[in-house]
Amino acid sequence: MYVRHLQVTDFRSWELADLPLHPGPTVLLGRNGQGKTNLVEALGYAATLSSHRVASDAPLIRRGAQRAVVRTAIVQDGREVTVELEITSGKANRALLNRGAVPRTRDVAGILRTVLFAPEDLALVRGDPGERRSFLDGLLALRAPRFAGIRSDYERVLKQRSALLKTARAAKSNLSTLEVWDGHLAAQGAALLAGRIELSAALAPHVAAAYAGVAPESVPIDIRYRSSLGEQVPESTDVTELEQALLEGIARVRDQELERGVSLIGPHRDDLELLLGEGPAKGYASHGESWSFALALRLGAYELLRGEGSEPVLILDDVFAELDRRRRGKLAEVATAAEQVIVTAAVGEDVPAELDGDRFHVSNGMVTADASA
Amino acid sequence: MYEGPVQDLIDELGALPGVGPKSAQRIAFHLLATDAADINRLITALQQVAKGVRFCEICGNVAADTTCRICGDARRDPLLVCVVEEPKDVLAIERTREFKGRYHVLGGALDPLSGVGPDQLRIKELLGRIGRDEITEVIIATDPNTEGEATATYLVRMLRDFPGLSVTRLASGLPMGGDLEFADELTLGRAFTGRRAV
Repeated sequence: MYVRHLQVTDFRSWELADLPLHPGPTVLLGRNGQGKTNLVEALGYAATLSSHRVASDAPLIRRGAQRAVVRTAIVQDGREVTVELEITSGKANRALLNRGAVPRTRDVAGILRTVLFAPEDLALVRGDPGERRSFLDGLLALRAPRFAGIRSDYERVLKQRSALLKTARAAKSNLSTLEVWDGHLAAQGAALLAGRIELSAALAPHVAAAYAGVAPESVPIDIRYRSSLGEQVPESTDVTELEQALLEGIARVRDQELERGVSLIGPHRDDLELLLGEGPAKGYASHGESWSFALALRLGAYELLRGEGSEPVLILDDVFAELDRRRRGKLAEVATAAEQVIVTAAVGEDVPAELDGDRFHVSNGMVTADASA
Repeated sequence: MYEGPVQDLIDELGALPGVGPKSAQRIAFHLLATDAADINRLITALQQVAKGVRFCEICGNVAADTTCRICGDARRDPLLVCVVEEPKDVLAIERTREFKGRYHVLGGALDPLSGVGPDQLRIKELLGRIGRDEITEVIIATDPNTEGEATATYLVRMLRDFPGLSVTRLASGLPMGGDLEFADELTLGRAFTGRRAV
């Protein structure tokens, strides 16, 4: 799939931006603070209905404006679809599919599929396990939308159960219902866990290959899903088995949970372990290695999605400046093979010559096509 | 900002669920232009509610007397009891005209975040009814959300030891008259799991 047209109105710094796009590479050039990232953020928003930079929608609306609009025209298998999103502060957002309103905004999520790599992704390697869990869950929802529902159900059960544990500690009562919440936590948790384990296994070879591509001289890497169940996690991804294992795990830590008032077992305590050679990447990887690892996770996700159906749009935000010449060349090889890749950079020299396609200059709130390209 | 009592009225109305500041203003000025007799009827209704609404001693539904109309109706099947969260759920099921049994209103669902446990719900009363009256089937019709499902599971655990009592849960799946393509993934997924042989 590719995006044929992107138009944003009152989005971030842009009053209006109109960007005709083509398959193949597109490079957005401009000095810092000119709004390159805002444009790729809009594309990411059209795909996932959330920004990769902020958790709330309010900062996406241009200061002084009432609402922001992101319009995209997406071509898949020769058919064109338009998705229009209206982001209103403090109100529900609206979505139009081919100019017709859809009943729920999230109905348009996933029509455009993107894999976005941005400098914020360094947190995937250096940050808390929560970053890696979100990475996995986001990718799960891209592959099978039902996981978005499973995750929100799980979080709801978790909140309720944790509230119960806290009050039970204080009042020593209401424990009669704890087993009910255990059951629901295990049932939803097993579904999520099965999805994540299966995904991690499918993703691992792609990530290792991507890393070997961008950092050929480095030691090999691996990713491994680590469950809060520790060694007790079954090998299979059978939901019933996992549910049973979670229930047993919860029973084992019952006293601890009551004492501390938190849920200790479940996918919310899990992590995706990143291994550099034999040891963990976190704390040991150099800046360059961390950067390449984060990039490999995104590229691995891209390869995985690409192998399973329609090819997502690859977006590389400000990545070439961080890589040396050799790694740039390697990344360019991957990028040129993509159906559509959108790259941002501060200076044109950072972008390898192999990525010759459309070039746009972004400055002073204007996007202009590069005549020399 | 309006002056004096008008603003007070708008503020009070605006505090009601589903009423925003604009609607509150509209209702307030509508009331200002209404006959005194109509206003008095509204005042009386509010006062009566404030004095205390009566709840049916048997099922917990809102009632005009000690028991509600449904519990007092001899034509209703006493063997069937449908357990719901709120009185408005009784109305919803009554509109179907399918159910001829009686109800039991819990007054909510298990919700530890809001401090609601089994003791805050009318579960003891339900167990008392089942022990006392001859009831053969309990239909659990709590909401199909996290809290409603947890309540249903809890009820099943409490009810499974009664001999000869069958406990059922409302089916969940696709809405009638709708298109398959418009169903959300969760509902459609449930409908798949709960499919039946024909």
